[in-house]
Amino acid sequence: MILRYGPIAGIFLVCAVHAQAPADVYSRGGANPAAVACASCHGAQGEGMEAGGFPRLAGLPADYIKKQLADFASGARANPIMQPIASALTREEIDTLAAMLTAQAYPEVAPVGKGAEVQELGETLALRGAWDRNIPECVACHGPGGRGVGEVFPPLAGQPAQYLAAQLIAWQQGTRTNDPNDLMGHIGRSLTADEIEAVSKYFAGLKK
Amino acid sequence: MKISCTAVLLSAFGFASFAAQGAEIAEDQSQILTRPDSPASGRYFRPPLEREIPDNAFGKLVQEGRAIFVDTKNRAPEYVGNGLSCGNCHLEQGRRANSAPLWAAYTMYPAYRKKNDRVNSYTERLQGCFQFSMNGKAPEAESRVIAALTAYSYWLAMGAPTGQELPGRAYPEVPPPAGGFDLAKGERIYADQCAICHGADGEGQKAGENYVFPPLWGADSFNWGAGMHRINTAAAFIKENMPLGKGGTLSDEDAWHVAAFMNSHERPQDPRLIDGSVEKTRDKYHANDGVNLYGMVVNGRMLGQGVE
Repeated sequence: MILRYGPIAGIFLVCAVHAQAPADVYSRGGANPAAVACASCHGAQGEGMEAGGFPRLAGLPADYIKKQLADFASGARANPIMQPIASALTREEIDTLAAMLTAQAYPEVAPVGKGAEVQELGETLALRGAWDRNIPECVACHGPGGRGVGEVFPPLAGQPAQYLAAQLIAWQQGTRTNDPNDLMGHIGRSLTADEIEAVSKYFAGLKK
Repeated sequence: MKISCTAVLLSAFGFASFAAQGAEIAEDQSQILTRPDSPASGRYFRPPLEREIPDNAFGKLVQEGRAIFVDTKNRAPEYVGNGLSCGNCHLEQGRRANSAPLWAAYTMYPAYRKKNDRVNSYTERLQGCFQFSMNGKAPEAESRVIAALTAYSYWLAMGAPTGQELPGRAYPEVPPPAGGFDLAKGERIYADQCAICHGADGEGQKAGENYVFPPLWGADSFNWGAGMHRINTAAAFIKENMPLGKGGTLSDEDAWHVAAFMNSHERPQDPRLIDGSVEKTRDKYHANDGVNLYGMVVNGRMLGQGVE
């Protein structure tokens, strides 16, 4: 009897450990089956998936990741794919995912700032803003090269253009309202479609 | 958080003398008071566009000046003693009306400034920025940095009338709260509106080695001699320009409260310090310089000690 049940108990134990190990939540999903594996859309290493417009997660600030997951769950960042996933993740799973993702390096990007000269529309918005509409230079908050600043201002460089444009449109349309003090909302509402496309392509192209 | 009785009295006195100076202030370019009812944006002078910078030796110097202006710490490191850039206080690369634009400053020099009690050239005015706002060292008059910043200022002002106070100059004056400023209110406004960028303790935020969000007090900020140490000047700047991209959203009162909170913290010493004495320095340079807390006792500590 003891010998017969031993291996079964052992299998259960292994499963429980798997559900909490960060790499496995990322690549196999959470304990709740609705928390599907991050890797299926965000890439095996969290590098994102350009074709689908799924953002890079590896190297993002931990607090930023946690806040976005909470906001997906609450609807402050409306997203039909992420809402059920974020809602199904436990707090422990979110903490371990954030710790695992933030520990990875974000790709090196040249720190191009306001001092650089500009030609195209996208880089003009990024490095000069459009102050006639109270739009600051993107790099004024997201840092030179769009590498991100601290826990609140995420990196933009190297994210898929489709993803960046979708966020600006979400702020414009009010489906993403989780930015502090409407800092991005008022910018999104002031940008034209051409500007959104150009500035998204600019930051997407900043990768080595 | 309360100011001591002495500080309140001195502060009230300071404000009275500040208000009384209004009529004669045009004589003195140390502190420029602009009326709050400034004209509509269509009436502001429009500086040339960046793409119009000529492709010649002059244009190269203009472009170099522009780059120094927005990236001062990296491009003029020998003259900068803190984490700031010129462009932190003069938004949109010194182009923006009501954000102390260079095109409105350049055309007003040479000018008398009570700050140093003499007629200053534009070069001397720029040197003053480095000494106080940048807490650094004045670039030599013949230096490349001065040449470039002057070329950039001149280019921005091309076509503007000389010797006329242009609309949009400096920061529009903001009337102080009827009951005086309140540091506790300022602290709350700071936490709600400012800390996300400038940090919980005014320390700013960096990306790599470089500050992206400027430190507002402490060793890497402007010193006690900078114009921004005046609460009235800081309130005017904040009301018009902060939070970045959302200028004009704070009430006049809140702009004053939060400006007072910012300027109730320690920062690098006024380089004009007399005999090591904060009191003497206050009497000579701060007692009649708008509303400021240099030499005042706040939370039981006298401000103006400086930080290294």
